[in-house]
Amino acid sequence: MDQMDRTPPESHARGETVISVEDLAVGFGERLVIDGLSLDVQRGEILGVVGASGSGKSVLMRTIIGLIRKRRGLVRVFGHDMDRVSAQRRRFIERRWGILFQHGALFSSLTVKQNIQFPMREYLDLSPPLLEEMAMLKLQLVGLKPEAANRMPSELSGGMIKRAALARALALDPEIVFLDEPTSGLDPIGAGDFDELIATLRNTLGLTVFMVTHDLDSLAGICDRIAALGEGRVLSQGPLEQLKAEPHPWLQAYFNGPRARASHVHGKPA
Amino acid sequence: MARPSAIWGDAARGSGVLQLSGAWTADHASDLETTLETALKQGSFAAPFRIDCAGIVALDTLGAWLIHRARLALSERGEVSLAGLKRDQTHLVEEVAQAQMPPAGPPRATGAYPLLVDVGEAVVDAGKDVSKGVTFFGSVIAALGRLVIGRAKLRPAAVITQLERVALRGVPIIALISFLVGAIIAQQSIFQLQRFGQPHFVADLVGVLVLRELAVLLTSIMVAGRSGSAFTAELGSMKMREEVDALQTMGLDPVEVLVLPRILALLIGLPLLTFVSSMSAIAGAALVADIYGGISMEIFFARVQNIIGMNTFMVGMYKAPFMALVIGVIACIEGFAVRGSAESLGSHTTASVVKSIFVVIVVDGLFAMFFASIRY
Repeated sequence: MDQMDRTPPESHARGETVISVEDLAVGFGERLVIDGLSLDVQRGEILGVVGASGSGKSVLMRTIIGLIRKRRGLVRVFGHDMDRVSAQRRRFIERRWGILFQHGALFSSLTVKQNIQFPMREYLDLSPPLLEEMAMLKLQLVGLKPEAANRMPSELSGGMIKRAALARALALDPEIVFLDEPTSGLDPIGAGDFDELIATLRNTLGLTVFMVTHDLDSLAGICDRIAALGEGRVLSQGPLEQLKAEPHPWLQAYFNGPRARASHVHGKPA
Repeated sequence: MARPSAIWGDAARGSGVLQLSGAWTADHASDLETTLETALKQGSFAAPFRIDCAGIVALDTLGAWLIHRARLALSERGEVSLAGLKRDQTHLVEEVAQAQMPPAGPPRATGAYPLLVDVGEAVVDAGKDVSKGVTFFGSVIAALGRLVIGRAKLRPAAVITQLERVALRGVPIIALISFLVGAIIAQQSIFQLQRFGQPHFVADLVGVLVLRELAVLLTSIMVAGRSGSAFTAELGSMKMREEVDALQTMGLDPVEVLVLPRILALLIGLPLLTFVSSMSAIAGAALVADIYGGISMEIFFARVQNIIGMNTFMVGMYKAPFMALVIGVIACIEGFAVRGSAESLGSHTTASVVKSIFVVIVVDGLFAMFFASIRY
């Protein structure tokens, strides 16, 4: 099996930069959605990316993972310039990240279990019983009942699709997970569990989490750092407290608005 | 990176210590499984057991699961304790330990029984197909009726759009294949007719064959492949994305909005295409008759005009709307039958084309018997 330079998470000091974006520009047609954006993600942190609709949060994520071509700038993942990596190394890097798409993107003709097993079958050399057990394990790690294993994606609720998709994203124990609105469509308790799960996985697996979210509770509860996008760049980044103090009107409205006051952003309610 | 290992070391007090070391990650999955299995098979050590994980340099969920599995296996023989895990790793192992494995399902039945089940299901499904088809056909006729008496709205824009896709864009390919088929039939006929010294009969033969049967059959098969499949795929993906449900909740009848324009377009388009097909097949035949049979175009067309009556031409044209109805209804039924998965979309699109072509040929056969018995 290709070992390249896969080193265990423990051997990396936290604080090493795993994703680095410099002076990025991405556009569609005439319009530049992202223009001059720079952002670093450290190993082991949970970064929350917020921004108004259309501010390019998902576009940023899709550009980093290579689904959208950029106009200008540099994207480095694990220190590799993604424009210059060989196809082989690129595949290797892709193995080390997991992606939870906004609508799950589960394979509709496979059961939940087969969806989770799919990357394992492709990349790992597991015996059939172990493959079975690992799929059931991942399924329950994300809080799904074992009975859900044999259902088709079309028979799942929105929240279950999210969880099943997360289980698939985690199938190969990635080092980075990209989450596109992971808690949207979940009930508050489910969303809370989901946040807790992400924090646990981060702690146990040394996972780095790049999370596009609108959920103020997740931002307050588990994000180490928040990057607010707007006007095509990062308006501000830092811990929640710092962003709340920023004078920018959108940040003020977002972090100090009525919804923010109702959530945990302003301290845990009694 | 360190290969994983699991070695028994005997602690001072005689209890079994299983020392784990190396990278316990998914990359070493097959190594891990065999190592652990061999270690667990060595039964010479006595309880209480201790699993010493201090040598583990990397752990992921797969490694944690295997440690948990080893603990479970040993616990059948006596008391087990875990040691040497870092705090995060302990957390991971405990997290993993909470997973429950469902018992294996009953083994799949073999032999004649499942075959009988399959046959029975296929028969029942075929019966349901027929009743579904008749029901849907009824609702299409009802919608057409509502349209005629003015209770339903005609959507001219939708009909015209569909007509363009079904008929206009189908002209080149249908004209081309008909031309070629006409030419091929003419060539083969000339070879046979020359043996009787009557090659000019090719005009009769090709003219009757094309106008009565071939043009409408070729056109219907082509339209089933081009437009029937498109209808099924469109309606199927609309169904998958709940667009059909959205229509219904707005108080609109999907049959009226989606199905009627398509079927109307087919009803208008298929006869037109049949006409195009007839003409180009005869043109192809005329060309070949000139080249292979030495029959000039004037003679060929004059003969076609003298021999072939209006009724022959009309037989083909009468059949066209029925073929249109068959193709449209089957395509739409299959489209609405699509369920959530991409696979289901594919299989219903296939079914739509295959069933349409089959039914078109059966209907053509029935018409042949009908027209023969009324001597038309």
